[in-house]
Amino acid sequence: MITRNFTIRKSDIINRRMFIIGAAKLIIFGGLIARLFSLQINDNKKYLTLSDKNRIREWKLPPTRGNITDYFGNIIAGNLKVYQLHIIPEQVENFNYLLSRLKAILNLSIKRIEKIKKERRQLKPWESLVVSENLSWDQFLKINNYLYELAGVKPVMTISRNYPFSDIYTHVLGYVSQPSEDDILANEIIKEKFVPGIKVGKLGLEKTLENDLIGVNDIQRYEVNAYGKRINQLEYQKGKQGTKIRITLDTEVQKLSAELLEGKAGSISVMDIYTGEVIAMYSSPSYNPNSFLFGISTDEWQLIRNNPLKPLINKTLSGLYSPGSTIKPIVALSALENGIIDTKFKVQCKGKIELYEQTFHCWKEKGHGYVSLNNAMKQSCDTYFYEVARKLGVDKLKITAEKFGLGKKVLGEYFENEKAGQFPDTKWKINNLGKGWVLGETLITGIGQGYIQTTPIQLCLMTAQIANGGYKIQPKILTDDNELTSEQVKKAMLDSKINDSYEPLYDDQKNIKIVQEAMFSSTNEIMGTSYKSRIDDPKYQFAGKTGTAQVKRISKRERELDLKTFQIPYEERDHALYVAYGPYSNPRYAVSIIVEHGGSGSSAAAPMATKLFKLIVDRHQYRKKLSDYKEFSI
Amino acid sequence: MYHYKRLNSDQSFFQKIKNLDYILLTCILILSILSVFIMYSTDGGEFLYHTKSHLTKLVVFFVLMLTISFFNIKFWYFCSYFLYGVIILLLIWVSIYGIKVSGSQRWMNLYFLALQPSELMKIGIILCLAKYYHRVSVEKVNSFTSIFFALTIILIPIILVISQPDLGTSILIALSGLIILWLGGVKIKYFFFSFITFLISLPFIISNLQPYQKLRILTFLDPDRDPLGAGYQIIQSKIALGSGGFSGKGFLKGTQSYLDFLPEKHTDFIFTLFSEEFGFVGSVGLLLLYTVIILRIIQIGSISRSSFARLFCFGFAFAIFIYITVNLSMVLGLLPIVGSPLPIMSYGGSSMLATMIGFGIVMSAKVHNQQTIA
Repeated sequence: MITRNFTIRKSDIINRRMFIIGAAKLIIFGGLIARLFSLQINDNKKYLTLSDKNRIREWKLPPTRGNITDYFGNIIAGNLKVYQLHIIPEQVENFNYLLSRLKAILNLSIKRIEKIKKERRQLKPWESLVVSENLSWDQFLKINNYLYELAGVKPVMTISRNYPFSDIYTHVLGYVSQPSEDDILANEIIKEKFVPGIKVGKLGLEKTLENDLIGVNDIQRYEVNAYGKRINQLEYQKGKQGTKIRITLDTEVQKLSAELLEGKAGSISVMDIYTGEVIAMYSSPSYNPNSFLFGISTDEWQLIRNNPLKPLINKTLSGLYSPGSTIKPIVALSALENGIIDTKFKVQCKGKIELYEQTFHCWKEKGHGYVSLNNAMKQSCDTYFYEVARKLGVDKLKITAEKFGLGKKVLGEYFENEKAGQFPDTKWKINNLGKGWVLGETLITGIGQGYIQTTPIQLCLMTAQIANGGYKIQPKILTDDNELTSEQVKKAMLDSKINDSYEPLYDDQKNIKIVQEAMFSSTNEIMGTSYKSRIDDPKYQFAGKTGTAQVKRISKRERELDLKTFQIPYEERDHALYVAYGPYSNPRYAVSIIVEHGGSGSSAAAPMATKLFKLIVDRHQYRKKLSDYKEFSI
Repeated sequence: MYHYKRLNSDQSFFQKIKNLDYILLTCILILSILSVFIMYSTDGGEFLYHTKSHLTKLVVFFVLMLTISFFNIKFWYFCSYFLYGVIILLLIWVSIYGIKVSGSQRWMNLYFLALQPSELMKIGIILCLAKYYHRVSVEKVNSFTSIFFALTIILIPIILVISQPDLGTSILIALSGLIILWLGGVKIKYFFFSFITFLISLPFIISNLQPYQKLRILTFLDPDRDPLGAGYQIIQSKIALGSGGFSGKGFLKGTQSYLDFLPEKHTDFIFTLFSEEFGFVGSVGLLLLYTVIILRIIQIGSISRSSFARLFCFGFAFAIFIYITVNLSMVLGLLPIVGSPLPIMSYGGSSMLATMIGFGIVMSAKVHNQQTIA
């Protein structure tokens, strides 16, 4: 009985205590359910977002760059499908065997194989490894034939920049290549859109217009696992191709420029004298921008870099030259405007003058005799311009020269490498060289030698502004649908009542006319320096001024020897220059030509103008048609 | 043969089958089937290694449970000390020859199963202390010697398990043991004072913890302090749970687990996967199922005539409750991460073996509930 009582008492204790913890259990389970409720019901949205953030990863793809077209809509920088070869390392059974197979199929170099092996070590096994960025169609076909035995190899079709006209636009467009760290740091937009494989502009318009051209990335959304491996694609968001850009250049004229300068160092620029549109702008020699797309080979790069004709320099914008006699129209205009001379003013040329204990030579040893302005321009008499410059003074000359665009950048906002050149005056010399101006320097400035430095595009603008009757124009390289056509601008300039928007660069328009006539004589009258290059057909007839810029001072001995151009070492030969505008009866276009170390302007540069004007004038009707259509459609 | 007859009651085999507790049995079966489906989901919806292995173990251990239940409860009473001793020996053996995995030496290789004796000790301690308190008279319960012996029984395995090191399991063993002390009638004030002492000594305990254990506690207090390192598990677990929402993402559609964001999804974090796929509804349902099991075990305990059976049932019910609470609190971010599996659901043979043995003995208590033990 005792045992039984005892047992009952014991079980009472056990049961009572069980009841206490049973109650505790219920409370604790209640707590757990409350916690579940708060996580799963209250904060469900928050955790759903976090879960999506966990599992969804975005991959940006390189955006498609906007096309660049010439004035007529021909694509000059486009996009091309390229075939690439990728390897997904985790799908490869025997990596070394695969490489040896690929080496045989694609003729890969041992260096390249080593590089691929190195790259592989830096990648995650599921990230694709680019073996070849640009396969030829034949290689692509070959790979596709062998594909069944090449596990892990993935032929990929992608888009790459392409310059169909190869080297003729290089100095205008620049080129694209992989962005450097500096490129990314300097441009927020590149930084935002950067993905491996993106190409950005390195030079020229490709660089300046980067933000318009770059486009919007395609975005792939993938579900990924905890290790970042893509499991499946959820969405493909198409990006946007960059803005299409139409420039003012005419490929035909550009092509001819390249042809004319083939094998020479130099530049040709052509400009619409009313709208300021650049029709052609070619710097010779050029190089192929397509070589830079997938990284240029060292050999090719050395070849370009070490070329003595300096293909890397955009001579049109950053080449600094003494203008030589091409400055004479401005000297004449300045003297006329300042009332120093009139058309009747004459100077006797004896072949040289002695002034300030120095001898100043005219190019013609025998001298020109008594010459007036028209004659002096026609024959490019240096003695006449020494005298005019002496009477005028360099400071007044500079004012006129600057009005016509010398010493200032012409397309500066689009080309980082453009140079401003310089037009010296007395103040400039004191400030920069610390010495006082010597009168003799005024004389040589009057024939475009000495401290004066100009770029070919400046000379072209200068000529254009003389040709249009002395109105300031704003040079352009991009088309703008909202601007006036050449015809409209011309009308506005001629109608003096409404021409407020066009700033005249003259005091008396008669003076401009005088200079124009002098330039006409220079090309179209016997004894004119470019008479041989004239075109008699009024449809093409042009007016111009030759220039021969000395590269080094001619010594007395050399003067006596009177060497022919080919007898002088290349680096010491004169630069040949020519500026012109036409057609004379109804001017439209201005041209500036420079041939480095080409000899005299009349023999090396002026003949190119003949061919150019024929083409430019013929092309005018097409250009006009296009701008008229635009006018009509507005 | 005599021996056999003495230990078994006079019920026939068919009577025993009839006396099995079918409510408990059904619940265990539902839980088992559920666990196989969840394991199938952790394998990414394929019938792979974990699922196969889990299923095999379930079948074997379920049969073992039934077998155990046919033995008289008196037999288990007699075996208690012996089993406790065997497990202690196993623990010692493991501490010398055991397999070392990621810094702790807990396993012995039985070829078909990597046995973790500390898991078995969770049951062993209940068996042993149930027998001890069955034998101690009410008057002597609070005597110094009896408490001393009881504490020694608890401390020996705890020291062995802590030295593996395995803090989580040792805490569970300690709690399972202490609950029998509580049920056995040890004075409340002792518990109270011990608890106070524990609180006071807590700083010293913490300073003696292993670096990884300290890290776990720090991480628990602020999981975001190192989201990719130590805090990763708990953050990902919360994301999985939270994103499950009311009704879950659907079977085999738990992105967190499918995409490998969940750590230890087969074992300790299995509830997270379950909850991600079946949501709040599923989780509460699972908790209800466990509650039914616990209540049924308590009920079986309360109809048992012997104190041993009663103590064991109550103790085991409490132990299961503790396992669930610790596991859920851990995955819900309420407790630091200590390794503690969810009974039956988690992958892991030893834990399942121990739980099934426990169920078996409970079932035996039910079948033989009229059995008195002198």
